[in-house]
Amino acid sequence: MSNSIEAFFEEIGRFFRMLWQVLVWTPRRPFDGRQWLLQMVRVGVNSLPVVLLTAMFTGMVMALQTTSTLQRYGAERYVGSLVALSMVRELAAVLGGLVIAGRSGSAMGAELGSMRVTEQIDALEVMATDPVHYLVVPRVWATVFMLPLLVALSDAIGIWGGYVVSVLLLGTNPVAYMETTFQYMEFSDLFSGLVKAAFFGLLISIIGCQQGFYARGGAAGVGRATTRAVVFASIAILISDFFLTKVLF
Amino acid sequence: MTEATVKIRIRDLHRAFGTKVVLDGVDLDVEAGSSTVIIGGSGSGKSVFLKHVIGLLTPDRGSVEVDGVTVHQLRGTDLTRFRRKFGMAFQEGALFDSMTVADNVAFPLRRLGSIGRDEVDDRVRECLALVHLDGVGDKMPAELSGGMRRRVGFARAIAHRPEILLFDEPTTGLDPVTKASIDELIIDFRESLQSTLVIISHDMGSVFRTADKVAMLYEGRIIVHATPRELLTLEDPRISEFLRRDLETWATPP
Repeated sequence: MSNSIEAFFEEIGRFFRMLWQVLVWTPRRPFDGRQWLLQMVRVGVNSLPVVLLTAMFTGMVMALQTTSTLQRYGAERYVGSLVALSMVRELAAVLGGLVIAGRSGSAMGAELGSMRVTEQIDALEVMATDPVHYLVVPRVWATVFMLPLLVALSDAIGIWGGYVVSVLLLGTNPVAYMETTFQYMEFSDLFSGLVKAAFFGLLISIIGCQQGFYARGGAAGVGRATTRAVVFASIAILISDFFLTKVLF
Repeated sequence: MTEATVKIRIRDLHRAFGTKVVLDGVDLDVEAGSSTVIIGGSGSGKSVFLKHVIGLLTPDRGSVEVDGVTVHQLRGTDLTRFRRKFGMAFQEGALFDSMTVADNVAFPLRRLGSIGRDEVDDRVRECLALVHLDGVGDKMPAELSGGMRRRVGFARAIAHRPEILLFDEPTTGLDPVTKASIDELIIDFRESLQSTLVIISHDMGSVFRTADKVAMLYEGRIIVHATPRELLTLEDPRISEFLRRDLETWATPP
């Protein structure tokens, strides 16, 4: 028991240590633009289909569910509003974060983990290259920048999914639906979702890199690092989401 | 012994991981231009020792001096400049598998900034030729055999013309023919680059081919520091046990 408590605090300590090193190394030269671009493409562009698919079906299901619920109160004209606010404030960021944790966080854990166990990280250091600067900094900022962009697109496609289901399947008046969608939405709703996304991006990338960075014990160690990258990032997203929501509203 | 210049001076080096003491007071002098092979069983701390020499690990106690400078006190740009003296060949090559062979060899040149950009390509070609791997520059490391990967690792280690070359088990896990060719390369390097060599090995065949001096690491200390010939005449049971075991692995078919 005391061992797992110790391990828990060790992970927390490593997280903040990694975060600190990233902040320290970010402004230092040389700036490796190619690495940054490469990571942005990996996290952002390559994840686009799966993130958008998730958002679209979430919007569609939300419309189906809320229509049948709200009809009981005769409040079905608020479906658009409910779908839009849920997507923008909450669901796009959390679901997008979980998908990216599974897709990119795991990749970071696996890639850095295998670089660790095959001594590639030592080799970097020997050749006067700080591994945090070279490997972690581009991954972290790429995720922090790209996740909000993905979430912004998710917002749009989620709302569109809800609209399609309501109008085509449930016969809602399209004009009325659109009106309620934007009637109650404020800029702060959108903004808070995007802030969350950036924060989740930070969690995912730091945790993913940290797990890879401290991996040990060959192929099994890399596997462990990958699993933990996803599990820890997902837990961190879910827990921090609660507190962020509390702070941001 | 004649007064040769000491390149690497190690004094009372201690290092433990948790409760496990790995280095327990290592003393060793490595002469400039010599080839020193560190032997010892698996888990005797040879790699840990090597990582202290290049400053990847910090000692609990004691010091490593290179050209009179204490390694673990260096920081920032001093450490970068210090690392330029070294080339290190890792056990399995440790090539960056996201880069081509040529980019791997060019990496220290670009990072350490020792030569101009336009000279990099020529130097890369030259180094690959030195390890007899002309024309593989465009390949990815995954396309190469184990022996080739190590040779690329050598090319990368020598690319910036380091004063000191470190080899971490250069021949472990290779077939006898490849082993011999790797050993020949190491001997060539000493002639052509005039570098000081520190090699970790537990393969006695290689030791006799490449070493001027052999040092044996046993229970965290250097128990012998002698020429290979002298090693054979010593009657220390710890050494003869090590040599006998090695002979057995030669004698038993895999």
